Amino acid sequence: MKAIADRRHHRMAPVVLLVMALLITGAVYAALTPTPAGATVATQTDVDAGRALFQANCATCHGTGARGGDGVPSLIGVGAAAVDFQVSTGRMPMQASGPQAAEKPPVLDAEQTRQLAAYVASLGPGPSIPAADQVDPAKGDPATGMALFRTNCAMCHGATGKGGALTEGKSAPSLGDATPTQIYEAMLTGPASMPVFNDANLTPEEKRDVIALLDEQKAGSPGGADLGGVGPVSEGLWTWVVGMGLLIGCAVWIGAKSS
Amino acid sequence: MSTSGSEVVRHADGNGAVGEPLPDRFDNPGLPPHRSRLTDTDPAAARRATRQVVALFTLSILGTIGFVVAYALVPDGDTIASVRLSNLLLGLGLFLAMFGIGAAAIHWAKTLMSVRDVAEDRHPQRSSTKDREAAVAVLREGAEDSGIARRGVLKGAVVSALVLAPLTIAVPLIGEVGGDWRVSTLRHTLWERGKRLTRDPSGTPIKAEDVTVGSVFHVIPDGLREGENADHWIEEKAKAVVLMVRLDPADLKEADDRKDWSYEGIVAYSKICTHVGCPVALYERQTHHLLCPCHQSTFDIADGARVIFGPANRPLPQLPITVDDEGYLVAQSDFTEPIGPSYWERLK
Repeated sequence: MKAIADRRHHRMAPVVLLVMALLITGAVYAALTPTPAGATVATQTDVDAGRALFQANCATCHGTGARGGDGVPSLIGVGAAAVDFQVSTGRMPMQASGPQAAEKPPVLDAEQTRQLAAYVASLGPGPSIPAADQVDPAKGDPATGMALFRTNCAMCHGATGKGGALTEGKSAPSLGDATPTQIYEAMLTGPASMPVFNDANLTPEEKRDVIALLDEQKAGSPGGADLGGVGPVSEGLWTWVVGMGLLIGCAVWIGAKSS
Repeated sequence: MSTSGSEVVRHADGNGAVGEPLPDRFDNPGLPPHRSRLTDTDPAAARRATRQVVALFTLSILGTIGFVVAYALVPDGDTIASVRLSNLLLGLGLFLAMFGIGAAAIHWAKTLMSVRDVAEDRHPQRSSTKDREAAVAVLREGAEDSGIARRGVLKGAVVSALVLAPLTIAVPLIGEVGGDWRVSTLRHTLWERGKRLTRDPSGTPIKAEDVTVGSVFHVIPDGLREGENADHWIEEKAKAVVLMVRLDPADLKEADDRKDWSYEGIVAYSKICTHVGCPVALYERQTHHLLCPCHQSTFDIADGARVIFGPANRPLPQLPITVDDEGYLVAQSDFTEPIGPSYWERLK
């Protein structure tokens, strides 16, 4: 300890402390990040609680009967899957109107979301929340998932699922933070600009393959920093500005006279 | 420049030299005065520079050792994390090993090696008269010895051979340029009457009832990889890919001559952009806009794939579709116009 104490005024000490602080913050964050809860069977109590939540949080726009109108979609027949997706990703309740509903920390907790989904599902038949088995990445085949993702998803969400721009301020979100259940629900219900991929287009097994592929992406890029995964824009910026800048700096140093 | 003649200052750049013409030759300004470096005058600075050079070489040595140790002890393994770690350590070692040597050499040369100012004069490029005369004599002697002036047949033979030899390069080159440009293959795709629309990539046929409102199907022709296409299916796929969506028939605007090209609100359009041929596949369900990722051409699928934004000049070609006896979606015919971007012979 004496050796460390002696060096506490060393000019590298702040740098070492900063690196240690960053490492500790990262480790604590990784340990404390919550894991999503699974779906369970809805009861009449849930439906009643969900109705109360609906009146408090949703009825302002969607109407007390959930019929929508004036640009606001009706929720009759959208099913529990659509509610779970929209509410658990924080898109609904919507904070402000814009090109598309923004992702934000969820307003309702998992239990409230489940009750709200049970209420909306009781209004009319629609896609239900997938079971844990349907979205288990370990049971999917990432290779098949890649072929399907490349054809059906990559044009908007990018080859590695990092998202991309659409028209008029809309965008396809990054899939990195989405849970397997949310990915499944998005394919099933087609939120906002996204088309619907019903079970006749992508079967439940194929949806699970896509989820398995996206789960593999969480291991990171084998080539090092992915620079946002948006392709030549960020890579070109890095190469031309930082890479060429360093080379020019070296050339200037080589050519400069020594003092 | 309204200065009077008596106040004209002589400028080397010529801008202000109103009164006086530029000289034919400038005087040689000579070398700038020699400037000593800190390391030339201060022994302590020289010792410091020596230490810095040694440190850079040591950095290189450590980099090399680190590279070898990382190569031996950190294999690239089976996981992405282990590949990344291995690449990082090898790259870092390689960088330090190479950059250390380079930076040390430059720093050494700049701070410690001698700094004599040297001027190298230009030499005339013309050879000496004696050398030039000798060379001309040798050439003349050779020409006389060959007898080319006397023997006309020999002259003709050598000129013919030299002129004809380049044909071995020119004929294949020009031959490849001419010939069959295979323009007709741009005009036709695999689609034909009764050909089933199938899912990409699985190749399974699609029933009309499976295509719900808001769905988008990426479609390839049935039997794409079979029969005579087996060895060039990818070229055929590149021409024949289709995007199929179902709209609420109330949203759909159709030209009178295309009313029977759709089926219950299901429409199919070529996925090849009419601008430069990128795959147009970014479909927005709510606005029915189809966006090309390359140059942001936007097509309105509800209105005959009309161009509503961007550099594309024509709507996407529509594939006329219907259903067969079993309820599967089939093409009525090939596309009625060439798909993809323009080319010279397109309208011929």
